Amino acid sequence: MRNFDYKLPTSLNELTDMLSHGGHTARLLAGGTDLVVAMRGGRMTPEVVIDTKHVEELNELSFNDHTMILGASVTCRKVCRNPQIVKHFPALIDCATLIGGTQIQNRATLGGNLCNAAPSADTIPALIVLKAQANICGPHGSRQVPVETFCTGPGQTILEGNEILVSFSIPLPREHEGAFFIRFIPRNDMDIAIANAAASIVIASSGETIIEGRVAIGAVAPTPLYVSDVEPVLSGRPIADDVIAQAADIARQSARPITDMRGTVDQRKHLTHVLVRRALNGAVNRARGND
Amino acid sequence: MNRQQVTATINGEHKEFLCEPRQSLLEVLRDELFLTGTKEGCNDGNCGSCNVILDGTLVNSCCIFGVEANGGHITTIEGLSKGNELHPLQQTFLEGTGMQCGFCTPGFLIAASALLDENSEPTEEEIRHWLVGNLCRCTGYDKIVKAVQDAALILRERAL
Ligand SMILES: Cc1cc2nc3c(=O)[nH]c(=O)nc-3n(C[C@H](O)[C@H](O)[C@H](O)COP(=O)(O)OP(=O)(O)OC[C@H]3O[C@@H](n4cnc5c(N)ncnc54)[C@H](O)[C@@H]3O)c2cc1C
Ligand code: FES
Ligand code: FES
Repeated sequence: MRNFDYKLPTSLNELTDMLSHGGHTARLLAGGTDLVVAMRGGRMTPEVVIDTKHVEELNELSFNDHTMILGASVTCRKVCRNPQIVKHFPALIDCATLIGGTQIQNRATLGGNLCNAAPSADTIPALIVLKAQANICGPHGSRQVPVETFCTGPGQTILEGNEILVSFSIPLPREHEGAFFIRFIPRNDMDIAIANAAASIVIASSGETIIEGRVAIGAVAPTPLYVSDVEPVLSGRPIADDVIAQAADIARQSARPITDMRGTVDQRKHLTHVLVRRALNGAVNRARGND
Repeated sequence: MNRQQVTATINGEHKEFLCEPRQSLLEVLRDELFLTGTKEGCNDGNCGSCNVILDGTLVNSCCIFGVEANGGHITTIEGLSKGNELHPLQQTFLEGTGMQCGFCTPGFLIAASALLDENSEPTEEEIRHWLVGNLCRCTGYDKIVKAVQDAALILRERAL
């Protein structure tokens, strides 16, 4: 591995300062479960590595009346053990418990998962259906973007020169809202998704009608994909197998997968249909309070 | 580039050492501190043979830079026994042949000890799930799982 300068800022100001003086190769270090491996493989050769673990804003985990603020560098383990996240956002637990094994979850972060921008990243579809906003900070101030617009290609994001992801703002679920994430991998654990899917749904208090539904799919396009065409198909419709199948059809049509060592185009398209159906049914169950 | 001074408590002992930022914690433990019980298998986070406990959490030392451990508390396999008295896990792995070639064993022992620290009565499923990040090419895992269950029992009996 090429050598580099290791920096450990203790405030956001210090971090952004170090980043702007770190040259164009400077990289942020959260859990390092992508970065260290990429550096060892020579795929990334930063001259400066800036550790985010001591910057308060990136490690915040707090709730107000309407929103959860989840710092970019909060680990999957902390997410999985937070009783409020368990209660309000089981879909985040679905995916955070699947990232690697125990050892990886103890380091890996949701911010790192998003910024690494892998098409197969497991937390991104759930963040999308939960309407997470990415809070970005840069030399020209702050901005907020929906997570579905964050990744622009494999390993590519909308972050511009010296911008960083600070945190996510995620609205607390409404009444009768549920969300669910599911993936398909060749083994039970420790592998990369052949396809994954997340869904969120708000249902009427009768428990029979859909008010709003969102679907996102992964590993079937250059970036995790928000399938906006599903929304009109779901809203106002009864909770019924044919409605859910119709939504899954649309997701399958939106998928633009490739064939690689893990799966073929046809398999991925088929899986998208199956996983979206299951994710929607899982979300409905949770919205009904059955989970 | 400059070597950086790092201070850490390793197996209860205060240690100061110099390391290059690019050295993983695994390299530092093995090559600078000669704690060679921690093994390098895959060097990319998949096999668990490099497991150590850093500030109370189980980690892959191959995926962490040595400089990140500054100020930290680390337990390696060398710190698991109390002098000549084996940890119950070491005892049950030995008695139940939870290892063959033994290469994966330090990682499994550290990982299992982290599990028993927070869950004194894990189910078989919980044990298997906790250990998904540890690979063994020899045993077929069943004897490892059994050894962890046996050690959990010993620890529970001791706590009575
Ligand atoms: C054995 C193993 C199993 C894995 N299993 C899975 C899996 O099942 N599913 C899955 O999705 N992933 C998996 N991964 C990949 C990885 O663990 C995840 O992507 C993880 O969430 C990355 O988080 P991190 O904190 O370790 O990121 P890091 O490695 O620290 O960072 C990742 C990238 O994001 C950049 N970055 C980090 N934080 C910021 C920030 N705040 N602002 C701007 N840029 C930033 C870094 O510079 C780097 O380029 C696995 C990895 C390993 C080694
Ligand atoms: S050597 Fe670290 S996980 Fe394999
Ligand atoms: S005993 Fe040989 S790898 Fe596990």
